[in-house]
Amino acid sequence: MATVTTHAPATFEEAAEALAGAAAEGRRVRIVGAGSKLHWGNPTDAASADLELRTTALNEIVEHNAGDLTATLQAGVSLADAQRTFAEVGQTLALDPPLVAIGSYPPPTIGGVVATGDSGPLRHRYGAPRDLVIGATVALSDGTIASSGGKVIKNVAGYDLAKLFSGSFGTLGLILSVSVRLHPLHDPSATAVGATDHVHTLARAAVALAAFPAELEALDIAWHGGRGGILARCGGREASRRAQRTAERMLELDLEGVDVAEPDEPLWERQRAGQRSPDEALLRVSVPPAQLAAVLLAADAADATVVGRAALGTSYLTLAPKAVADVRRRLPQGATSVVLDAPPGVELDRWGPVGEPALRLMRRVKQRFDPAGICNPGVFVGGI
Amino acid sequence: MASLPPQFLARLRHICGERFVLVNEQELATYRSDGLLHYREVPAAAVLPATAEEVREVVRACFAERVPWVARGAGTGLSGGALPVADGVLIALSRMRRILEIDLENGRVVVEPGVTNLAISKAVAPTHFYPPDPSSQIVCSIGGNIAENSGGAHCFKYGFTTNYVTGLEVVLSDGTVVELRRDDPGYDLLGAFVGSEGTLGVATRITLRVVPAPETVRTLVAFFTDTGAAGDAVSAIVDAGILPGAIEMMDSLSIEAAEQATGAGYRRDAGAALLIELDGPQERCLTGFEELVALCGEAGALDIRIAQSDEERELIWRTRKAAFASMGRIAPGYYVQDGVIPRTRLAEVLREIDALAGEYDMRVANVFHAGDGNLHPLVCYDSSQEGEAERAEELSGLIMKACVDAGGSITGEHGVGVDKKSYMPSMFSEKDLEAFQRLRCAFDPHGLANPGKVMPTPRLCGEVPGPYREHPLERAGVAERF
Repeated sequence: MATVTTHAPATFEEAAEALAGAAAEGRRVRIVGAGSKLHWGNPTDAASADLELRTTALNEIVEHNAGDLTATLQAGVSLADAQRTFAEVGQTLALDPPLVAIGSYPPPTIGGVVATGDSGPLRHRYGAPRDLVIGATVALSDGTIASSGGKVIKNVAGYDLAKLFSGSFGTLGLILSVSVRLHPLHDPSATAVGATDHVHTLARAAVALAAFPAELEALDIAWHGGRGGILARCGGREASRRAQRTAERMLELDLEGVDVAEPDEPLWERQRAGQRSPDEALLRVSVPPAQLAAVLLAADAADATVVGRAALGTSYLTLAPKAVADVRRRLPQGATSVVLDAPPGVELDRWGPVGEPALRLMRRVKQRFDPAGICNPGVFVGGI
Repeated sequence: MASLPPQFLARLRHICGERFVLVNEQELATYRSDGLLHYREVPAAAVLPATAEEVREVVRACFAERVPWVARGAGTGLSGGALPVADGVLIALSRMRRILEIDLENGRVVVEPGVTNLAISKAVAPTHFYPPDPSSQIVCSIGGNIAENSGGAHCFKYGFTTNYVTGLEVVLSDGTVVELRRDDPGYDLLGAFVGSEGTLGVATRITLRVVPAPETVRTLVAFFTDTGAAGDAVSAIVDAGILPGAIEMMDSLSIEAAEQATGAGYRRDAGAALLIELDGPQERCLTGFEELVALCGEAGALDIRIAQSDEERELIWRTRKAAFASMGRIAPGYYVQDGVIPRTRLAEVLREIDALAGEYDMRVANVFHAGDGNLHPLVCYDSSQEGEAERAEELSGLIMKACVDAGGSITGEHGVGVDKKSYMPSMFSEKDLEAFQRLRCAFDPHGLANPGKVMPTPRLCGEVPGPYREHPLERAGVAERF
């Protein structure tokens, strides 16, 4: 068995040379940030990589332009560290995947979050990494270092390669740095909560609150074993009053135990934690938001625990690996589901079916950006 | 004007119908330019397909003969992005203007590419709206908006076209139809397609996210002695954490022009006007608006006018949106620029623009989206004077360079098209451009879709280099390589 060597380049050039060197020798490269999501994607046995390229030494916050609400971060910067820097001047990168260590998972790097397209409850208002990244510099397997986008929030010059690399699981190359858009930190915050044990009551409330003009920071649901609730977070000016009004709307929607939580951070910490599962399978499901009831019923049948973005139709189900196929069968037509994580040794179709013309196009993209086929081979859709 | 083989034209007529294939020069004249009139080219033919199937068949016919083509929406673009190619086909999507589905429960609409931007907001009103709102929204098409990743006044708060497109049916240049959906697993090809200026394919069916209409909207215009003071007000507002729906700035020359057009009563003695709109939940709007008025006052506003009715608000916006068109009232010709700068460099870059205008002895009017630093300097010139247009273009180029030097971009919302392609190397290295070309080649290896745009020099796609290595999943028969 070949030995996996680990390398943590300290400069962009070193990283590009390492990739080019590996390509020349036909060595496969595993790209790693903090390593918090190494189990995501198709499982590849550790020996299938010949070189592990870590971004940990690329950990500089290159720029924080507070007045312009932008920043440039090297890929290995811990997202939590970056948030602390931004918070000092009342700003934030509105991207909140789980940050703290959960089980064996160390806190993620910005590069890893972007490469996996991970997000949290704030996706409701601010979008996923692809919506917040305004520029990227990447290293390709032929040693090219290339940038796209820029450092201003509005820019349409050239192709948007930052979006292409967001969520690409390192299969196109190594993200070296990203420029991001920041937002004012919306403190204080208050969350209206309501509960129910009727699937359809929750689903109806989710649709109604998605259209409620309260400018919510986040609108989440939580569900397990035939009971759950909805959480509507308001932030910034008049957060309390807006949360109160949202709570009144919840009462009209037949929710029970309606209340306003202040402070509300523990509630949201719990929602984020629901997006990790050290021991069971973690399934991300996307449906049109009005089909939430079907997802919850499928989850109940499999004894799954659900957290999700009510207005986006994205849910995270934690469940026994053997129940995944059954849940997938029960989902409405057109739903997509991805097994983000599963215990080692469990065989599951991670990515679910993908349309053939789109998959062919993806393979062509992979071949153009990584012609040597050495970057994270096999982990992605269709075995890319 | 080039001509195409008769059997190819017969094929196009068979697909679209006799009436909808244009080959005579007079009929084609309409299509020789987009909104940027000084680039002109007559296509060999224009087709007006009525359905996605017809578009697909036209593209397939072009692929079979290796005929290049350009898709065109309403033709309002300002970068020559829809400029035809002489030996190619222009695919005009103006007949495809059906709204296919309105699904407010799921916050989405499905439309054909020829639907106008404003028609989408109208279709989902009053409960919802579609935020990206280019000034040309009454006529510009959503397909064109997608090609250009169009912005607009409300994008500072709400985001750009790319943040609202959730699904596309795309015809690639080989005639393959691909469904791209935002939440599908795999590469974000949807994100790569939006803003690709028609070079990756043509969208024939578009799914968009629409959002709840704000409960409250409050609009004001504040007048300042100069753009510097107005710029300070913008900084104070953003620093206070207020996120207005729109912050638009006009300088004295654009106030003058717009005032002549709408007679809104803007102060002609002011050096700058700020149009600020705050929208959102009523609690947030009311306190925020008071704060906004106070911040404008502290920044030295000469006068603040608050819209007291929908009519007054509408007039304020009409005056702002008329700024481009009305420039003709004070200058026979003008050249619009679309640079972006980091907002904090505003005062400095405006001073530089003033100095450059002085050097060229030309007037430059400034109208811009102040929140996101997207400048639209209008270089005024006398088109009856020989050489003036060229000098204006030269000055405009220097302004663009000043934007890039300040850490900005050559285009914020108009696109690169043909107009700015020679400036791409000022922002991107040869390696960056090569990386762009990789994407282009994956989608359109023969370079048939909108050739000659975006990239500064013509490029071909080579074969994919590199050794072939069988992946374990291929060996196992789980996946195939194409």
